[in-house]
Amino acid sequence: MPYIPHTAKDIAKILKAVGAGSVEELFSQLPAASRLKGPLAIPDGLSEQELLGHLKSLSSKNSTIEEYSSFLGAGAYNHYIPSIVDAVISRSEFYTSYTPYQPELSQGTLQAIFEYQTLVCQLTGMDVANASLYDGATAVAEACLMAKRITGREGIVLANALHPEYRETVATYLTGTGDHLSEVLYCAETGTTLPEAIDAACTDKTACVVIQHPNFFGSLEDIEAIAEVVHRKKALLVVAVTEAVSFGLLKALGESGCDIAVGENQSFGNSLSYGGPYLGFMATKTEFVRQMPGRLIGQTVDREGRRAFCLTFATREQHIRRERATSNICTNHGLCALAASVHMVSLGSGGLRKLAELNLSKAEYLKKKLKEAGVEVAFTSPSFNEFTVKVKGGAEAALKKLLDKKIIGGLALNRHYPELGEYLLIAATEMNSKEEMDSLAAALK
Amino acid sequence: MEANGTKGLVLDEPLIFEKSSPGRVGIGPAHSDVPEADPSKTLPSKFLRKGIEGFPDISEMDAVRHYTRLSQWNFGLDSGFYPLGSCTMKYNPKINEAAARLPGFAMLHPYQPEHLSQGALELMHSLENYLAEITGMEAITLQPSAGAHGELCGLLMMAAYFKAQGKPRTKIIIPDTAHGTNPASSHLAGFKVVPVKTEGKGALSVEMVKAVMDEDTAGLMLTNPNTIGLFEKNIKEIAEVVHSKGGLMYCDGANMNAVMGLVKLGDLGVDVVQLNLHKTFSTPHGGGGPGSGPVGVGKALEPFLPCPRIKKDGGKFSLDFNRPNTIGRMKAFYGNFSIMVRAYSYIRRMGASGLRRASETAILNANYIKERLKGTYHLAFDEPCMHEAVFSDKFQLGSGISTMDIAKRLIDYGYHPPTVYFPLVVHGAIMIEPTETETIDTLDRFIDVMKAIAEEAKTDPQLLKDAPNKTKIRRVDETRAAREPILRWKKV
Repeated sequence: MPYIPHTAKDIAKILKAVGAGSVEELFSQLPAASRLKGPLAIPDGLSEQELLGHLKSLSSKNSTIEEYSSFLGAGAYNHYIPSIVDAVISRSEFYTSYTPYQPELSQGTLQAIFEYQTLVCQLTGMDVANASLYDGATAVAEACLMAKRITGREGIVLANALHPEYRETVATYLTGTGDHLSEVLYCAETGTTLPEAIDAACTDKTACVVIQHPNFFGSLEDIEAIAEVVHRKKALLVVAVTEAVSFGLLKALGESGCDIAVGENQSFGNSLSYGGPYLGFMATKTEFVRQMPGRLIGQTVDREGRRAFCLTFATREQHIRRERATSNICTNHGLCALAASVHMVSLGSGGLRKLAELNLSKAEYLKKKLKEAGVEVAFTSPSFNEFTVKVKGGAEAALKKLLDKKIIGGLALNRHYPELGEYLLIAATEMNSKEEMDSLAAALK
Repeated sequence: MEANGTKGLVLDEPLIFEKSSPGRVGIGPAHSDVPEADPSKTLPSKFLRKGIEGFPDISEMDAVRHYTRLSQWNFGLDSGFYPLGSCTMKYNPKINEAAARLPGFAMLHPYQPEHLSQGALELMHSLENYLAEITGMEAITLQPSAGAHGELCGLLMMAAYFKAQGKPRTKIIIPDTAHGTNPASSHLAGFKVVPVKTEGKGALSVEMVKAVMDEDTAGLMLTNPNTIGLFEKNIKEIAEVVHSKGGLMYCDGANMNAVMGLVKLGDLGVDVVQLNLHKTFSTPHGGGGPGSGPVGVGKALEPFLPCPRIKKDGGKFSLDFNRPNTIGRMKAFYGNFSIMVRAYSYIRRMGASGLRRASETAILNANYIKERLKGTYHLAFDEPCMHEAVFSDKFQLGSGISTMDIAKRLIDYGYHPPTVYFPLVVHGAIMIEPTETETIDTLDRFIDVMKAIAEEAKTDPQLLKDAPNKTKIRRVDETRAAREPILRWKKV
């Protein structure tokens, strides 16, 4: 039997030691009438060789983004992952260990995550970051709950230009504790969330406003102007980032008046894997740290005064505080955070800047090519590596046509924005070659 | 017995930031094949940053050495026995890692067209069916990212169910043996927690539930097998009490490893259960995730499952977003897919008889440890256990030795300590879960070591107080970490 080492002799030895005549005797606690008589309706076990063959054939029923030219982004980005990432996260001392409850045996994980927390602080320009959350969507939801705790207010204002699936996740999370959600529409011309629209949506009951930057349409938001409006209403500004490579170029959120920075760090070191596991991050100001959800690693010393790391601020957490915890999160996404760290570190400050510039260059080139092909760029606001275009005849029809040319042309926005039936969200990263982009533009002509 | 964790050459390693040398390049990005866009001419200056203060600049090789050294300070399941109770630290098969990395699984974008993702959808659909079969539930969602996330999902469905009947309920019953996540998730789902005490034998009684269950209570959240390692024998009768008041039975399936192929929770009156793929189904824990926390439901809750659902129509698979009663979504996209690939691999490798054998063997191993250590350590409840056994430090307290000292001394012998101080109902708890993948030789040696430590507690208690001696660092000052928080590196 795979993975189970017992021989008949071993089983006999155990049964003798425990004074049982058979394995069944040990299940005496299970209600006799409900015990299964026959086997589960699950196929017989496969040898490892058979299993790999089966998995290969199953996976070959998928077409990868390597077989197609893909311009999909929308919260999951195709970036090159250096070989060093998998080499490090494949070390089983990292991936087969549990949450670091025993610091003496877990200094590797603890120091790596302490470094990750620091990297997130540096990217976001915030004071303090947690060890990880599940993904960008749940990170936004947790930020809303955190803002409610800090302000004692109920109202949550979401920008409509925040990722639709993030908004849906927030709505799900808030049903339990009171749903006081409202949305602010984007400006049809700029594709951004206007400060005056946010001003109109905020009341003296607003706990926080959540915007995305660059937003779901790829447009850059005027965070400083928005922060001013939000703070005037004594609410908190939550800024979500889905494309973390933008940190290499765009102004740090902490310098723009953001109170809670959250989002998705998948872009660093984590493969697309059909949507998960990804890597939620959260960073905030020192004054809010005790209201922050999720694990936190702190620096301390051991008995002999040497630098050491351990889980800290556990009194915020469920195993101590139970129903009064800041969150129910327990297992987080530690290995994804390690992968992101390794990618960031291997890029370094110069490499990250270059990578961000390269993404900008690619997107600007594609924009130019599309314009030349007569495709209308939808919004006037500047963008990073993703932008929205208007395609005559509808986005769905255009995507279908592109598939014949082995191009996945982006995301049709109509599913989430019925008013944007002709609009297509297109991302270009370092993975998209000039030829691919030329083909896309030619095909949309 | 000689403690036989021995000291190897363990190298010091600074923080990555302390190794940085500005200008040094690790792995730069690709060369550009398009004209370079000058950021300062492309974007207004208010959007741009200058540099990233403190971001490390490291050579590739130094980065590799950095993380290799860090890994050597870690103890993983592949390093040695890891009997962490309630965490089911079973072997993480290597084939699962290879499976998750197949390009046909790893290189899929969640928004790529459905007809290009048929293999992924088929795998998820099959995994849902297998998990439904194992639990005896009607339907499964794979969306939640972890056990606690699954709990929240299940509880939100319960809340939605009562709301849809026009009679929202406000309370939920949780026994004192529950994991901390249960009350935390309940609170998040908007329920007020009604705690109930378990009886002397660590089991929940029908009368206790009867006394608190009413028509304002959504139901009961029960961990079964419970955190004492015992099967809640009265579960069917308890479920009847809950159902008689119109309530629902939630089962925390964290301990599913004890009952696969032996009983189905659905047959025992359970209406909703979350599973932890990173426990029962062999996916690695990653030093703190990512895991995966699918939720199974009976007919009553099926309409409320998160969106999208995976639909099979003939031989074609698709995502169904048209579900009017859904609670919504728990996260972006469809769940932790690459973890699902690993769990699917595990189930296919084991087959029906292998899964049953896994649970049987987990029970055998736990009972073996329980039986052989019970005179040496105080056994919380002396009856046949399921997949884990709970002891305490009661016999050692007289020598001034506590559970923490025993745990730390185990490290010197080369073991990861068991779960300590949980469940809360057992003072000084030592919760041992060996799992089925350990040989009897490993168990025998562990038992010998546990006995040797009990002896040391009598003859040389200081040895335990000083432990661990053989790790890179000694016991850490956790109080100081909380009182003088340093949560990030800063340039001095």
